[in-house]
Amino acid sequence: MADRLFTVEGLKVSLPDMARKPLLGPAPMLDILHGLDFTLERNCITGIVGESGSGKSTLGRALVRLLEPSAGSVVFDGHDIAHLPEPALKPLRRDLQMIFQDPMSSLNPRRTIGAIIAAPMRHHGLADRIDERVAAALTRVGLPENFAARYRHQLSGGQRQRVGIARALALEPKFVLADEIVSGLDVSTQAQILTLLDQLASEMGLTIAFISHDLSVIRRLCRNTIVMRAGRIVEAGPTDALFAAPRETYTRELIAAIPLPEIDDDWLTR
Amino acid sequence: MDSARATRRPSARLWLAGLWLALVFIAAIAAPLLAPQDPLAQDLLYERLPPFWMAGSESGYPLGTDSLGRDLLSRLIYGARIAVIVALVAAFAACLLGSALGLIAGYFGGWADRIISRLVDIWMAFPPVLFAILLVAVLGTGLHSVIIAIAVIDWTRFCRVVRAETMVQARMDYIENARIVGFGRWRIMLSEVLPNVLPPIIALLSLEMGIAVIVEAILSFVNLSISTDDPTWGGIIAEGRLSIHQAWWILVFPLITLFLTVLSFSQFGEGLKSRFDPVLR
Amino acid sequence: MTAQPLCLSIGALSATLPNGDRVLRSVSLDVAAGEVHALVGESGAGKSMIGKALLGVLPPGVRQVEGSITLEGTRLETLAPAARRRLIGARTALIPQDPLTALNPSRRIGPQMTDRLTHILGWPAASARARIREMLAEVHIREPDRVIAAYPHELSGGMRQRVLIAAAFAAEPRLIVADEPTTALDVTVQKQILRLIADLQRRHGTAILFVTHDLGVVAKISQSVSVLYAGMVVERAPAPELFATPRHAYTKALMAATPRYTHPASSLQPVNSAVLAELALEVRAADTEWKRAHG
Repeated sequence: MADRLFTVEGLKVSLPDMARKPLLGPAPMLDILHGLDFTLERNCITGIVGESGSGKSTLGRALVRLLEPSAGSVVFDGHDIAHLPEPALKPLRRDLQMIFQDPMSSLNPRRTIGAIIAAPMRHHGLADRIDERVAAALTRVGLPENFAARYRHQLSGGQRQRVGIARALALEPKFVLADEIVSGLDVSTQAQILTLLDQLASEMGLTIAFISHDLSVIRRLCRNTIVMRAGRIVEAGPTDALFAAPRETYTRELIAAIPLPEIDDDWLTR
Repeated sequence: MDSARATRRPSARLWLAGLWLALVFIAAIAAPLLAPQDPLAQDLLYERLPPFWMAGSESGYPLGTDSLGRDLLSRLIYGARIAVIVALVAAFAACLLGSALGLIAGYFGGWADRIISRLVDIWMAFPPVLFAILLVAVLGTGLHSVIIAIAVIDWTRFCRVVRAETMVQARMDYIENARIVGFGRWRIMLSEVLPNVLPPIIALLSLEMGIAVIVEAILSFVNLSISTDDPTWGGIIAEGRLSIHQAWWILVFPLITLFLTVLSFSQFGEGLKSRFDPVLR
Repeated sequence: MTAQPLCLSIGALSATLPNGDRVLRSVSLDVAAGEVHALVGESGAGKSMIGKALLGVLPPGVRQVEGSITLEGTRLETLAPAARRRLIGARTALIPQDPLTALNPSRRIGPQMTDRLTHILGWPAASARARIREMLAEVHIREPDRVIAAYPHELSGGMRQRVLIAAAFAAEPRLIVADEPTTALDVTVQKQILRLIADLQRRHGTAILFVTHDLGVVAKISQSVSVLYAGMVVERAPAPELFATPRHAYTKALMAATPRYTHPASSLQPVNSAVLAELALEVRAADTEWKRAHG
């Protein structure tokens, strides 16, 4: 049996539904995730795929405890982090990092790239030789060291996303959540970023949850895949098997809806 | 990039406004050196002297005298002292109080936000000038009551702007990332959110200084500011109003001074705001 | 192909930014009547700019400095601005990228859809309403009355895009500019919308200038393609030919960078820097020549 980094059982997340909030009193709770059971293998990229409203981003945020689940257990590396209070969570934070969808919004406009990458290291007691560490983090993602002095608006979209990766990997975490990290990029940049992530993952032995709406990307990058719809897991398993023989109709529909860059006259009518 | 260029253009305004404000500040600091006469010295022989370019003016009284024969320029220069103190202290106090509450309301949300927002709503329902007059009447006249009154009334202006801007920033992914890193809530608020809401705070602070000068002038005008002996711009305007038909300059010069100062504060703030924004720079 | 009359012909179209840089570099392309012509490229390629130049809605500061746009035999440059607007209003329509911002949030759907028919084309209100109802049926909206009375936020993204497609086809335009119409949608909804556009296009014989960044969408919807880079058409070909034998190195590189679930191992190759260097040279050569011709 494969070594597991995450074991999740009966995970439920509810969020207040502000649209239906009464004039007085608290907003009613809306169930986003309806009891999920799954595991994430160590040293493996697991794809989490679904359309908008499937709850895939909520699931990711529960894994890194930006959200507190309303029920269930999330066992990370032997600790159930589902309901840990923030102080108890703090030593684990170092191993739970995240790369965001929109690198524009995820980089503080008033800080230099160097300061952005240094902040997590300083916070977790790696303040010595900080310039060297920042330079190493930049080199790792293929950016020149002098980028440390720049601001986010002086970078291209692909470069910003590289900074996002450098920051998340600076602490050499056990787990990285990548939330739609290439959906805002052009295909040529997307290919670069995914190739980089793939290479870093195998070099550093990273465990990554890769959230995406694009099954072609998942197929290229992920060893395992979880298909989600409306807050439930439709199907999960090794990516090869899932594409070769999807068990569920929804998975088949999702695959069939991808427009491949090849001429196929019947595709639209199928 | 068009908008970036458009906001860079007002640097001429920024310099003109800065120049006038510098003059006012120098006048305030070095009043005893700059004023040609003692601002309180009355001389009934010299009452209502006209400014220097009109017939009947006296050298040493370049802007003329008031109805008690006091030198108008000297009174304006000494009046700058009160104006500058009120502008700085009252505006900073309002800014600190309002920004702190706005940050807390915008970042923590929930109960804190509900309580602070209701407080702002209630506060804003009072007519500000009447509120100020009431406060000064209760606290007693004097410089400190004027400053307290302005801070207590105008913090809502900062609170509303900072709260809205904080809510925008708090939704950004870099705030989430700061939580991922493990920063505490107060640290995130002060080191991640605050620097990004600073440009509107700075613009508003400068605007507020202008407003503070006006409010002080209004309170002086209705004789509720500091003791009537000390020259204040509002006080001079009030006296000037009484002799508008005989000596227009007593009213007009302090009005121009007041107008230029308030305008300069607001222009200076706008200019600083675009300078401070790294995205526009 | 050549036998068909041209719906749109663009010749050597150049547009500049206020600083004199070109965003469109002598773009030429033809769209036959009733065909879907895809404009494909990455961000900054100027693909949306072409549609905007045609519709006369270039962003502030961007100017068309050279070239001709011929719509069904009429050269737009020869028309007075008012006549040009009338012609564009009558013969063309736009399907926008973002169905939420394209609709006014504070007005009901029905009046927003009839606006164009009554105000620009002068239809009587009653026939405009009847036409809208007919079009909503054509885009498979089952409860037209509910949709007509709804506000934009009350509809889903896919539903809003259907409404905008119905509105675009309502006045029987000869040419529709579709600016990334499915980019904001989920894949399953995207497929429905693409099918809908293709259906309506065939039934009404409308030509479409289809702007997209997705080569997959290009392959499924278009008959001919222009590949753009930095405001330059680097390759123009019928779609089957382009996908079978791409000629330009950039087209090949784009195809290799596009992920395919059918070929996981061979897809997703980053664009070779030699290709980009060559493109930069092509851009510079084009600019040098243009500067020489224009002093």
